[in-house]
Amino acid sequence: MTTHPSEKKSRFDPEPMPRRDFLGLAALGSMAAAFALSIFGMLKLPKAAVSASPAKKFNVSLPDTLPEGEAFIPPGRNVAVFRDAEGVFAISTVCTHLGCIVKTSAAGFDCPCHGSGFQKDGTVRKGPAPKALPWLKVAKNGSVLTIDEDTKVKTGTKV
Amino acid sequence: MKAEGYSALHEFWINLRGIPNHVYRAMFRGGPPKTDRTRSSFIFGNVFLHLHSVRTHLWSLRWSTTMGLGIMTTAAFLITLVTGILLMFYYKPYTDVAYQSIKDIHFIVPTGRFMRNIHRWAANVMVIAVILHMARAFYTAAYRKPREFNWFIGWGLLVATLGLSFTGYLLPWDQLAYWAITIGANIAQSPREITDALNITQYFDIGGLQREILLGSDKVGEEALIRFYLLHVMILPLTLVMLMAVHFWRIRKDGGLAKPANADELVTEEAKEFFPVFTDVPTKTYHLAAVVKGKTSAVGSGPEHTVPSMPHLFYAELGVLMLTTLICVALAFISDAPLKELANPLVPENPAKAPWYFLGLQEIVSFSAFMGGIGIPMLCVIGLGLIPFLDREKEGTGEWFGGPGGWNLVKWSLVVGFAASIGVEAFAIHFGWLREWFPDIPQLFITFINPGTVLTAIYAAYSIWAVRRYNSTRAGALALFTCFLCGFIVLTVIGTYFRGPNWDFFWSPSDWGGH
Repeated sequence: MTTHPSEKKSRFDPEPMPRRDFLGLAALGSMAAAFALSIFGMLKLPKAAVSASPAKKFNVSLPDTLPEGEAFIPPGRNVAVFRDAEGVFAISTVCTHLGCIVKTSAAGFDCPCHGSGFQKDGTVRKGPAPKALPWLKVAKNGSVLTIDEDTKVKTGTKV
Repeated sequence: MKAEGYSALHEFWINLRGIPNHVYRAMFRGGPPKTDRTRSSFIFGNVFLHLHSVRTHLWSLRWSTTMGLGIMTTAAFLITLVTGILLMFYYKPYTDVAYQSIKDIHFIVPTGRFMRNIHRWAANVMVIAVILHMARAFYTAAYRKPREFNWFIGWGLLVATLGLSFTGYLLPWDQLAYWAITIGANIAQSPREITDALNITQYFDIGGLQREILLGSDKVGEEALIRFYLLHVMILPLTLVMLMAVHFWRIRKDGGLAKPANADELVTEEAKEFFPVFTDVPTKTYHLAAVVKGKTSAVGSGPEHTVPSMPHLFYAELGVLMLTTLICVALAFISDAPLKELANPLVPENPAKAPWYFLGLQEIVSFSAFMGGIGIPMLCVIGLGLIPFLDREKEGTGEWFGGPGGWNLVKWSLVVGFAASIGVEAFAIHFGWLREWFPDIPQLFITFINPGTVLTAIYAAYSIWAVRRYNSTRAGALALFTCFLCGFIVLTVIGTYFRGPNWDFFWSPSDWGGH
């Protein structure tokens, strides 16, 4: 459909939508859509498919003299391992608030960053931590313990 | 084609001799900028200078109009840009050598220590100047139509500035850096506080995704260092430069700096020194004026009360640039940028503190990770960003503390803002909070009712009271913005000076004791 030039009111007030404008807009729109979709494709790149971090499973043997209620921290790990009459258990020492490493204290665990405190069983005692410190899966192989930092178990599970 | 009467070789000789002169003329299209007219054409013919208008209103040149804060921010950015590029010659973004390369820069590289100090101080000056510049634009009501969008761009610049500072913090790979970034990354993950409480994290884990994309791994390590480096030297500076170009261009296109309606009368005294450009009001303006919408200073009147931007405005800008450089260099002489021991993922700093301008945030994060780190900051960014669209009044534009309420309201807002933030903090420090009283309280209560959200609610209520009391949206904005500044200052001071090991309250760092 073409418009007779006389129907144009002015340069600033043209007829509603000539065909050429429509085709032009359609081309522009499809280009914009193609680029927008390609952004989704590109966003896949920064999300790492493989996380480059050391293995979460490790073996450790507790010293024979570890007293009840005292934590054994395997070297290089953010885990506290305990032994009592009922068995062995491991509690993560990564604060559930913002990821600082908690220290064992008389009351249980204390976080240096924002003052969260936890009971000896990892449940929240004070401060902003939203959750209890998770208990981690421990497997016993004779005197060697295999601790899996990736697998959480119910609080109170001792082996 | 050789000219008449000369051999081509002779002409070549003449051209060769003429090179300096011809290059000089080719550089300055309109001739050397020696008269007002050629200076004008120099400004609008130059890609960098044309961000300025050719003439500047005398009101804009008054010290009290801007205090030079925007230029100071730009100057500090230029200083970080130059020193940052110099530091990149030696810095290596790999976890096994990053710390050593900073030590090399500090102890071995000629002027390395000085450059790093300047870089660090200029970054601090930039953060302070950008916050003060925002406050200036707010208190002079310069965000109003047609400048609403530029206020938006300004918020983008503030966020980009803070992002640059934060990403730069990780690069030395020392204890300070490592734990600040661990905390920052976990703040990005803190929407889990909500999704966990609702038990939907396994279906919808936006927090975990944010953290993963930021760190490129499940902990702060090599991937995180490369990502922060990329953000710090490439993505954020490019974003910042682009936003700056838009910001400056829009100042010009929005009719220069905001002026009071009677600015012309207020500057008459000074204007007498300068020659008027037109003796009569021009009957016809430039062609472009036909398609430019709205009122600009030049439509319908001669550019009276204006002076050529070159040299008047440029002298002022260069003066601020020199002052900023002087401040940064002087501070760099006095104080070294910190470098703690090498990052240790097993032992956090105690206390682990973010850069000072994030310590207010860290203070409210110590009540709830999600509300402190994401909820309240988002409210601030959205609420303050939308101010130009919520306050569409006209009264007081371009005047300090202009609008209903004025300085009197701001004074009272300062009292309320300081009293409320100090009161809430003192209460929480002295009496503890919900979890200390009801140990079994569900997490959602703590997330939504904590000292940070209570303070936000008090400020919001006070601002609504101000809107009703003065029957003006501007009064509400004045109250809210002033309270926001007070809260920022009080929380930052408490986080900086009164929090010690385990984030406990101490009257002085000398009471921290051994830990």
